[in-house]
Amino acid sequence: MSKKKPEQNEGGVETTGHSWDGIEEYNNPLPRWWLWTLYATIIWAIGYQIAYPAWPISREGATPGLLGWSTRGDVAADIKAADDANAEIESKLASADLADIAKDPELNSYAINAGHAVFQTWCAQCHGSGAQGNKGFPSLLDDDWLWGGTIEDIYYTVTHGVRNEDDDDARFSEMPKFGADELLSKEEIEQVVNHVLTISGQADKADPELAKAGAVIFEDNCSSCHGEDGKGDRDQGAPNLTDAIWLYGGDKDTIRETVTFARYGVMPAWGWKDRLSEPDRRAVATYVHQLGGGE
Amino acid sequence: MQRKQSTVGVDPVSNTENKAPQLYAAREPVFPRKVKGKFRTLKWWLLGIAMAVYYLTPWIRWDRGPNLPDQAVLIDLAGRRFYFFMIEIWPHEFYFIAGLLIMAGLGLFLFTAAAGRVWCGYTCPQTIWTDLFILTERWIEGDRNARVRLWKSKWDAKKWRLRLTKWFVWLLIGVATGGAWVFYFADAPTLLKNLVTGHAHPIAYITIAIMTLTTVGFGGFAREQICIYMCPWPRIQAAMMDEDTLTVGYRSWRGEPRGKRRKGADVEGMGDCIDCNACVNVCPMGIDIRDGQQLECITCALCIDACDDVMEKIGKPRGLIDYLALSDEEAETHGATPKPIWRHIFRPRTIMYITLWSLVGIGLLVALIIRPDIDMTVAPVRNPTYVTLSDGTIRNTYDVRLRNKHGDDRKFDISVGGDPSVTISLEGREGDSVVVPANETLLQRVYVTAPAGSEPAKSDRTEITLSVEDKVGDEKVHTSTVFNGKAQ
Repeated sequence: MSKKKPEQNEGGVETTGHSWDGIEEYNNPLPRWWLWTLYATIIWAIGYQIAYPAWPISREGATPGLLGWSTRGDVAADIKAADDANAEIESKLASADLADIAKDPELNSYAINAGHAVFQTWCAQCHGSGAQGNKGFPSLLDDDWLWGGTIEDIYYTVTHGVRNEDDDDARFSEMPKFGADELLSKEEIEQVVNHVLTISGQADKADPELAKAGAVIFEDNCSSCHGEDGKGDRDQGAPNLTDAIWLYGGDKDTIRETVTFARYGVMPAWGWKDRLSEPDRRAVATYVHQLGGGE
Repeated sequence: MQRKQSTVGVDPVSNTENKAPQLYAAREPVFPRKVKGKFRTLKWWLLGIAMAVYYLTPWIRWDRGPNLPDQAVLIDLAGRRFYFFMIEIWPHEFYFIAGLLIMAGLGLFLFTAAAGRVWCGYTCPQTIWTDLFILTERWIEGDRNARVRLWKSKWDAKKWRLRLTKWFVWLLIGVATGGAWVFYFADAPTLLKNLVTGHAHPIAYITIAIMTLTTVGFGGFAREQICIYMCPWPRIQAAMMDEDTLTVGYRSWRGEPRGKRRKGADVEGMGDCIDCNACVNVCPMGIDIRDGQQLECITCALCIDACDDVMEKIGKPRGLIDYLALSDEEAETHGATPKPIWRHIFRPRTIMYITLWSLVGIGLLVALIIRPDIDMTVAPVRNPTYVTLSDGTIRNTYDVRLRNKHGDDRKFDISVGGDPSVTISLEGREGDSVVVPANETLLQRVYVTAPAGSEPAKSDRTEITLSVEDKVGDEKVHTSTVFNGKAQ
């Protein structure tokens, strides 16, 4: 204890003895319970370090703590709780008739939300996060379907995929490489390209003479898959060539490239080895079906 | 200051010679004495009303028809609704709550500018519950002198008995306080039954426990410490008060020099204050109002009652301690007449606060009256901005959220306007109407299409309007949005 009397202001209240522009600072003591609160937090901190993971003592991790609590354990418990809560509706989804899912509002809403999550995780890489597709990867929003747009068709495509090596039931067809394998001459390819432009509403970009000759070549070489009128065949995944939608592009150069080298789009089989569970595949099929193009 | 000038800059911080010896202070116990008077009476009434409102409000019933709670005031967190008598607030109308909070803030400014810390002194829960705890303490342990004696006495059987009784009663008050709190969040009669039978949700019990401990801790034990050390309001209020603010003050020009009146003492030249300490003894904050306006004073006005009582007994005029403004004190000291009270209350500053407060209030009322019972929000899907269909039609997608605040199911007709060529269709539905269940929100995907070659299909942006009509309630709401075409 200092023997010197502490500094005071004129009112007799103790000050720190510092003065700034005539403003002095009171030296009021802190309430003692405040100090006890500080000690209590220190004791709490010690207890916390014993009870919970705290000290990073090795590369493997921290001291585990007496309670055995961990963030991973927390997440696992949360996931399990969510799975348990969804178990009933998941089994309902797995067994319901596909066409009936949309008729049950609760099941439909669950399937769409679950399907959205599945889509963003497994499908968005190729089809885009908005399902808008990309060159070579079909848009799932429009009304044009290569292999069919009913919920059953979509479910089948999701389950077995397209042209993959894994699933024997995968959707399969193969367009011949008319140019690369020399099935058609360059002139014949030029003619058929002009014919395709004509039937797809781009007659202004086509040469009528070439197109006329191309019609015969189309009839002989293409119509078995794309149909005599060029409207495609869903059983063979042969696209409709007369509409406004092109998977790889509808301009002259791209069509020529397609006829010359052919196309071979692939999609994984999500049902193979249960990559996606039955309810997940049904959910994602439901989600895709209601994006705007479902039939 | 002249006196300190020599120490500025030359007095090192490490110089312990000048340092105060005491860093921490133990709490000075406060034993407020019982007091009678008009302010005490007013405070008892306010306490009774405030407590009654708090404890009883959850029990008021209000019929809203089937499928809706019949509790007049209910914060339904799970259902995301706030019910207040005839008003029902949905989460998207949270601006009503924000508006009420702004009004509460402005009201606080108004009252503080006009009459100091009336909130602190009369209606703050801390003050009310502390009053209640001091009241029970007085019933059990006696008035000030008995309590001081008890505090100083050894921990014998009597002290234990009184202390344990007091703590038990405090605990009961705390439980009732916490109990009343949880009733605002669930149906009160059901929850009470569940609480008693042990079937209530653990969160209800935990909330009651926390509220019990904080009520007893703050109101019973911490009391003035909360106001002085924890509450930020005493620090802010200085900015709200000025020399015209009415606050509890001591007429020092009249009271000084103070002194006890002993027999035969020379009373000539002495002030009215007889230094009886009545004002100090009744103060729940443990301060001396005669030191002037200070941070600790919550303007509870009990010292006014105590002093008036004494002045009456010694035959002096009342009002040695009184509600007065700094300017009044200044005027009176110089013999001038102070301003009348209404001049303190109505001045540009308070009128401005009243105006702002009323404007916000009127705005909220108007918003409350004109808000429709059906509502929609439109979120255009921008990923992708448009879809080309096989016949060349351009389609835009909108996520439309429809709200039906009626107590029955309503059919909403959705239509599009803004360009004659665009048409509307709804995902998963025939036609362009949808039934929204009672008191629910429904998310509907809406497609707007423009035929190939039409103006909206070819332009980057076309302003369109989505409308929702409820034919039964004869209400229609519109939302403007944009149609994106395939720019050539």
